[in-house]
Amino acid sequence: MTFLVFMLIRAIPGNPAQVILGQQATKEAVEALTIKLGLDQPWYTQYFSYLGGILKGDLGESMRTRLPVADEIWPYLAATLELALFAMIIAVVVGVNAGIISAWFQNSWFDYSAMVLALVGVSMPIFWLGLMGQWAFAIELQWLPTTGRENVRDPVSAITNLYIIDTLIQGRFDQLWVVIKHLILPGLALATIPMAIIARMTRSSMLEVMRSDYIRTARAKGQKMFWVVYKHALKNAIIPVLTVIGLQIGLLLGGAILTETIFAWPGIGRYIYDAINFRDYPVIQSGILIVAFIFVMINLIVDLLYGLIDPRIKYD
Amino acid sequence: MRKGKLWSFALIMLLILSTALAACSGGDDNEGSGDKDKDAADKGGSENKTLVFGRGGDSTSLDPSRVTEGETFKVTVNLFETLLNFGEQDTTVQPGLAKEYDTSEDGLTYTFQLQEGVKFHDGTDFNAEAVVKNFERWANGDSDTFPYYNSMFGGFKDDEEHVIESVKADGESTVIITLKRPQAPFLKNLAMSMFAISSPEAFEKGDDEYERNPVGTGPFKFVEWKPNETITIEKNEEYWQEGLPKLERIIFQAIPDNSARLNALLSGEIDLADGINPADGVKIEDNDALQLFERPSMNVGYLGLTVTRAPFDKKEVRQAMNYAIDKQSIVDSFFEGRAEVAKNPMPSSISGYNEDVEAYAYDPEKAKELLKEAGLEDGFEMELWAMPVPRPYMPDGTKVAEAIQSNLADVGIKAKIVSYEWATYLDKASKGEADAFMLGWTGDNGDADNFLYVLLDEDNIGSNNYTYFKNDETHKLFLEAQTEVDEDKRIELYKQAQEILHEEAPWVPLAHSIPLLGGAKELTGFVPHPTGSDLLSNVEFK
Repeated sequence: MTFLVFMLIRAIPGNPAQVILGQQATKEAVEALTIKLGLDQPWYTQYFSYLGGILKGDLGESMRTRLPVADEIWPYLAATLELALFAMIIAVVVGVNAGIISAWFQNSWFDYSAMVLALVGVSMPIFWLGLMGQWAFAIELQWLPTTGRENVRDPVSAITNLYIIDTLIQGRFDQLWVVIKHLILPGLALATIPMAIIARMTRSSMLEVMRSDYIRTARAKGQKMFWVVYKHALKNAIIPVLTVIGLQIGLLLGGAILTETIFAWPGIGRYIYDAINFRDYPVIQSGILIVAFIFVMINLIVDLLYGLIDPRIKYD
Repeated sequence: MRKGKLWSFALIMLLILSTALAACSGGDDNEGSGDKDKDAADKGGSENKTLVFGRGGDSTSLDPSRVTEGETFKVTVNLFETLLNFGEQDTTVQPGLAKEYDTSEDGLTYTFQLQEGVKFHDGTDFNAEAVVKNFERWANGDSDTFPYYNSMFGGFKDDEEHVIESVKADGESTVIITLKRPQAPFLKNLAMSMFAISSPEAFEKGDDEYERNPVGTGPFKFVEWKPNETITIEKNEEYWQEGLPKLERIIFQAIPDNSARLNALLSGEIDLADGINPADGVKIEDNDALQLFERPSMNVGYLGLTVTRAPFDKKEVRQAMNYAIDKQSIVDSFFEGRAEVAKNPMPSSISGYNEDVEAYAYDPEKAKELLKEAGLEDGFEMELWAMPVPRPYMPDGTKVAEAIQSNLADVGIKAKIVSYEWATYLDKASKGEADAFMLGWTGDNGDADNFLYVLLDEDNIGSNNYTYFKNDETHKLFLEAQTEVDEDKRIELYKQAQEILHEEAPWVPLAHSIPLLGGAKELTGFVPHPTGSDLLSNVEFK
């Protein structure tokens, strides 16, 4: 993984020293910086010194800001985690419920409109959706803010950098509300695609389960439909949905760049994106490494959840 | 069984939560407008003393001497001061921290009388000693740490080409700078943001530490930096200029997308926004709550022709390209008319601009004739490199490239549009891999040398001379102009050089754009500076 990323980003043309110093720089300056950054060394020397660093918990130093990546990465990561988590809650709550209700009332108007919306949701460009959201809710209706994480005139003092938690720690409930409002538009924009995918997955999975014998038995025993659907059916239908949810969280982390750009969200997507533009190798490498690590962890958690829901699934 | 119950409980909770969320969006109405009221109260009338400035990117550093990138100077110009200043809206040299300055007859000795009683933000005194220490810091550096010092003053302490012989303090408030040889733009260089005077006590603690804790003498003091989000600065209560600054606090907020930034301005979250798309200018003009600012142009957008590649090694072909492209219609359609059509490689605001150069008219017939002369009556095929990113001098590279493509097709030249990601684009173009490429330049110090020599002299091939253009006559003129202290003679030299450049046509100069900014109606005292770094000490809300 580290090797792949390492080689790939070095395959992009462009000398980091030149990019860092900008169009205005002289040749000598570029040469001096190239040597200082160790970019004149052969690639394997660079790779092994990077690998050695990682093993010691050292992610290298950003070429652009000259700060250790390990020190500067957390605020960006926190911003994205907060947004992705918020988006995922929206996507799961709305998506799963919409899927269930669609399956429950199959071929009803709700079913049709939900599935049409889901189709639209999957194919909607986030860029357009984000700007339209800003126009409608921020400019026309003035309910929500357009960009950023907080009211910059009354900033949140960062402790954990997860602003919801920070405002709670400080007991600033007025700020908590402001922070949540800043989350809504980018959260919705980010949630649209996973929400649509989850809804469709839940629906088809539920439809299959609803046709099975034990559901018919449960209904025949006179149990309330709500109970049948939400308890008996969902429990069996949820496993494939869970897989999809796990994958979508990973995609959220990676796919946050557009949302973060439109909503000026200071997250890891933009951090890595800027680093790519500046050919800031250590930041790209470490950023991707961390996102990949989180992705793996999420899938691990999903796997463990299977066992919790369905005891027949065991890992020996 | 128990586990089953847990699950149903969790599911019910999810349902309740979803209903609550749905209800929330209904209740938003009140809460939202409540917050808006608070915002309004915060901003309203004379009460508001906080300016939120929305811009495209974050700064890389807050030590201006260490970077070359414009977003940094937008902030530091308000934290630091330079010995000399530029004029309010031009690049003439004005007094700054030096209230008077004197140039010796031979152009080798400069004497500066400093302002007295000025203090740095950390309480230490600004004096001649501090100025000397700043120059020592730069001169002892290397081209990695102080890239601009290197390029403006020809190197560092022990380098042969280093222009500065010595910087000495003469008493508390006199500084004498001696040069090894005359350098014509010397005073203009000193007025550049990167040569701002820092508190020696602060930078002596270490360069890396200093980048995030800047200490200058400027009208504002540094408060906080949230990376990729905001930089906050506040009023320097002890500022030496009476009555300034007028604002209490300025927050620079990074909003990368131009449309999103405009949205933030429209919703009142920010008070000032730069990087307004030319197409959105009208939207701001038509809005009663906003006003539009035009930044005086100090840039050029051009189509470079790599003279080492056939057929652009032929002068006739390069001239034909100039005749074939309809610049006026490009300016009208893609700059919304907010640009000056270019005929020289530098804008008319720069002294030395040659008015008398007669622009290549849009004349496809003439272009065809020239191509015939070059033996290319059947036209030829070429790659046309389009900029992948909007830049102040080029709002939409791809669309302009399409227009150029169709112009060229009219005279029989088949251009294939090619684009790369920005850093790759620059890298490849600087290696001379493009036939013809779109690019531009924004001036640093408002001097002709900073356009003509930097972009079109043989010394800069491989760095900023992407066309690989080389001409003995212009080379001679540029070098002569660099040491010529008599301003009138210098102007004459640059005028001659522009004649030659026009004839040789290594570029198709396209436009000098007028960058736009939008601001709240109540904002007064804001004067956009051509360098792109705006001093905000006079700004206030009506």
